Amino acid sequence: MTKTLIRGNEALAEAAIRAGCKAFFGYPITPQNEIPDYMAYHLPLRGGVYLQAESEVSAINMVYGAAGTGTRVMTSSSSPGISLKQEGISYLAAGELPCVIVNVMRCGPGLGGIHPGQGDYFQAVKGGGHGDYRLLVLAPGSVQEMADLTTLAFDLADKWRNPVLILSDGILGQMMEPVEFSPEEGPLAMDKPWATTGAVNRKPNVINTLDIVPESLEKKNYALLAKYERIKREEIRWEEKKISDADLILVAYGTSARVARSAMDLARGKGLKVGLFRPISLFPFPYPQLKRLACRKRQFLVIEMSGGQMLEDVRLAVEGRSKVHFTNRLGGMVPTPQDVLETILKIREGGGPGENSF
Amino acid sequence: MRTVFKKPRAMTKRPMHYCPGCTHGIIHRLVGEAIDSLGILEETIGVASVGCSVFAYDYFNCDMQQAAHGRAPAVATGIKRVLPQRTVFTYQGDGDLASIGMAEIVHAAARGENITVIFVNNAIYGMTSGQMAPTSLIGQKTTTSPRGRSVKDAGYPIKICELLATLEGPSYLARVSSHDPRHILQAGRAIKKAFRMQKEKRGFALVEVLSTCSVNWGLTPRGAMEWLAENMIPTYPLGVYKDVTAKEGD
Repeated sequence: MTKTLIRGNEALAEAAIRAGCKAFFGYPITPQNEIPDYMAYHLPLRGGVYLQAESEVSAINMVYGAAGTGTRVMTSSSSPGISLKQEGISYLAAGELPCVIVNVMRCGPGLGGIHPGQGDYFQAVKGGGHGDYRLLVLAPGSVQEMADLTTLAFDLADKWRNPVLILSDGILGQMMEPVEFSPEEGPLAMDKPWATTGAVNRKPNVINTLDIVPESLEKKNYALLAKYERIKREEIRWEEKKISDADLILVAYGTSARVARSAMDLARGKGLKVGLFRPISLFPFPYPQLKRLACRKRQFLVIEMSGGQMLEDVRLAVEGRSKVHFTNRLGGMVPTPQDVLETILKIREGGGPGENSF
Repeated sequence: MRTVFKKPRAMTKRPMHYCPGCTHGIIHRLVGEAIDSLGILEETIGVASVGCSVFAYDYFNCDMQQAAHGRAPAVATGIKRVLPQRTVFTYQGDGDLASIGMAEIVHAAARGENITVIFVNNAIYGMTSGQMAPTSLIGQKTTTSPRGRSVKDAGYPIKICELLATLEGPSYLARVSSHDPRHILQAGRAIKKAFRMQKEKRGFALVEVLSTCSVNWGLTPRGAMEWLAENMIPTYPLGVYKDVTAKEGD
């Protein structure tokens, strides 16, 4: 197989087209512009529809309309734009409409900056919009994974009838790496009997998120929760590096995981037993896998470009069995492997920043 | 026995929830008759909005999607772009279309999006029990303009047909009324034309139907019909604001 040197955002867009994405609705925002740019050029040439919406709000509602017809559909944005999409995302989850949403995270809050960040973790995995719902959330750690997890995202969206969010960041979106693409998929074989495509030889289908009868809405709520429980059992994804003998495990996702890996190599070079645990699915979060690793002799160091958001899930996972430390950079600054190594050395000396360093 | 009057095929048998004196039921029927007369029921996908007509998905006998508040034109765009051979319509009230959904309707119109919009203007928020709408008349008393809508505080009513007529995208824009049989027949013809424009791929078509809200206006059903004729029509003149087929003698 040949490899293509390609930018993360473009790899994601190309993978989406290969996965059978037939509609893309977007709105410009840095640092994700290469995705709509790529889609605007390529999608119409390959049997799809590209439309620049008047706002992120409209874009996500166009996704709702197209997803309701059973079409594979995607939108992308970056942090402030994803905030604007939250109402629509709640409706998509309530309507159980499969689609793929991409957040190439920048730093916030507010307009923040255009440099990479990871401050949207809570929004992505804990809800974001109103009501009890969950998205499947995938966090790529390389340009190859920008492509591979996009392919997976479309399959998971259809499998679970649920929106899937790809939580990337400005570095992964902008950097170039060699990528091997999956072959282009043929026409989608999956039957979607619920889709609104015109009621030809069948009763009309209705896609609706309103139910003003509490008894019946509660049933729907429980059915959604049951689906999320099945997702938690079946769709956890993660990567481990040099875990077996490690007495300190770094936990990070996305760009922070790349920094963590380099820091681990530096630490190993000094003879320190440091490993890496990288969640790939952020919802469902690999609680059981982290819990299994937790014990009194082992410590954890969470690295994020946020104020400490995934940190809370790591603490929930280890249930107090291990000490959990935290280090971060904010505002578009990226931790260096040397920064992380220094934190590792402090922890080894018995100090370390502890949990509440932020 | 000969059947001389029955429900259109495009409508379900479900009893409607609308209040006495409200003309949503009449306007639903006009939409149903238009769909029947064009023989497009199986190819039609409707989009219900938020407000009193949110339950439209229960009353139309075609595929339906229910959209978030104001977003029906965006949802309809998403459907129409991936299923261009289908007929797609939205059914929106004045709060939904002229307030929270102003961006969506203006841009769908500007794109000449090939959809049909039924815009029901009753100059008030009905579902939430009678608040001021962007279309409320100057001096009109509502729960949020208890001393009457004042220009100083709330500005002027928004005239959607006039506003959209400044754009090149729309193919057909008409304002009709639902307060008496003569106007209802006129409204039916306009709605049918708005669907036919879409079939002919002429682009965005909108019919604004002046409508009543007797309960929140604090009037009897009959009083509401009279109030509409006397007060709304002077602010919202009836007529065709744009028709790209006019020169063709259509």
